[in-house]
Amino acid sequence: MKAISKKFRLTKKVFSFPYILFLLLFVVVPLVLILVNAFLDADKHLTFDNFKVFFGSASSMIVLGNSLLVGVITTLLCLLIGYPVAYILSNMSSGRMLVLLYVLPMFINFLIRTLATKAIFMALDVELGMGTVLFGMVYNYLPFMIMPLHTTISGIDKSYIEAAQDLGANKATVFLKTTLPLSVSGIISGITMVFIPTISTYAISQLLSNGKIFLFGDSIQLSFEQGLYGVGSIMSLVMLAFVLVSNLIMNKFNRNSDAVRRSLW
Amino acid sequence: MVTKIKNFFEKFYLLIILAILYAPIILLIIYSFSNSANFNFSQGFNFKAYEAIFTSDKSPELWAAIGNTFLIATVSSVIAAVMGTFASIGIFHLGKRARRLVENVNQFPIINSEIVMAVSLMVFFVTFAFPQGYLRLIIAHIAFCTPYVVLSVLPKLESMDPNIYEAALDLGANPFTAMTKVMIPIISPGIMSGFVMAFIMSMDDFIITQINKGADTGINTLSTYIYSDARVQGLEPFWYALFSIIFIIMVATVFSVNFAKARKQKRKQKEANA
Repeated sequence: MKAISKKFRLTKKVFSFPYILFLLLFVVVPLVLILVNAFLDADKHLTFDNFKVFFGSASSMIVLGNSLLVGVITTLLCLLIGYPVAYILSNMSSGRMLVLLYVLPMFINFLIRTLATKAIFMALDVELGMGTVLFGMVYNYLPFMIMPLHTTISGIDKSYIEAAQDLGANKATVFLKTTLPLSVSGIISGITMVFIPTISTYAISQLLSNGKIFLFGDSIQLSFEQGLYGVGSIMSLVMLAFVLVSNLIMNKFNRNSDAVRRSLW
Repeated sequence: MVTKIKNFFEKFYLLIILAILYAPIILLIIYSFSNSANFNFSQGFNFKAYEAIFTSDKSPELWAAIGNTFLIATVSSVIAAVMGTFASIGIFHLGKRARRLVENVNQFPIINSEIVMAVSLMVFFVTFAFPQGYLRLIIAHIAFCTPYVVLSVLPKLESMDPNIYEAALDLGANPFTAMTKVMIPIISPGIMSGFVMAFIMSMDDFIITQINKGADTGINTLSTYIYSDARVQGLEPFWYALFSIIFIIMVATVFSVNFAKARKQKRKQKEANA
């Protein structure tokens, strides 16, 4: 009996094969195709022109620059608004239930939320432009900042803070030297969860600026819609690079904070 | 005194942010009873917007979109749950290196930007001439949903006591029975939450559906239909009513799930104390 179980144990990994095949086919191959298309022209010949077209054109660089700007401002605003919320909530006894109220909008489709804000802006006669786009972005992504921050801050062992107080630190020092450093991993994941979707967002900026402001996600979609697979692929690769770099940073910080915790023990 | 002022400011800040977060949603719900698209009660309090969900000339398209949303979400989350569960059991028994590799690839659809995932699938479908329509959409939805199932099932496998499975074998169960009658029931909370997450993700998706639905198939899900309808002329009153209903359902679901979780935790704590 044992022998059979051992044999089955060995073969149980077979169960993962269909999914591995699926991942290869529908996740890996499509990304490889993007990479290949970046080097192909319209007639499927090898070319480097796509790079020249993308990196050489002022308009696409402006779109990329605008997106990065909107991404940085949105992320900073979310952090500035969201950190106090997460911090105050983590000090409240009912914070765990209350934080739900702040992340709940996340479960409502972003189009519904965006269109609702747009309707209100129009009713109030607010001119749609950069201001409304930024408001919409912060409104949409604030929950994504609050959630990881709250998880990290409420997970901090209160005895560190007590120890700092006992050792004579005042409130500001306790916050700056204990709470803030211990919540860095939450800050980093919050930044990633806001920055990446913001720069690659599709539709929000168009809706909230009546098509005046065009961000990177929109231009990726547009190039593929116009059949410019080569340039679109380059843009996707640029986006992919942002995703990978931010993920590397996030992993590094998460590991570091784990290491800090372990070395403290 | 100082702490009192501090407390007041903290509460005040929390309330302001909450008010801003909910203002659009609450205004939407209030004015869903006005049958107006620009926030006035000139027609008085009425349910016309709610009636219009069923009677407007857009109702057939709207209900087709709602039907598609549920059809795609159901099919893809069921397939994702089944494939993800078996995949997790398999991944759990892979060698260390292979396991890390597969887990990293599994992570990809989660960290990747949605637009890149959407266009890469689109290029793939076009290159290999997949038939336009439901097939493309369901494959795409399975591809971004299954990783979440794997992520919620794997930890359950890790925390499972392997002796229980061995005991089932020693008591004469064959490996298949031991898996279906012992292992899967133990990891079922993970499967369930993975399935629910997959269902919600699929229902909520806009970008991947919009880019892969194909222009001439005429297939819309709720989110792509909202986009195509509201982008041009803004929201008609019936959208206010529909959004209010969706919002209420969402709130009720999230709170009841969390309430049930909190109650279960309390009961466990009580049992542990007893």
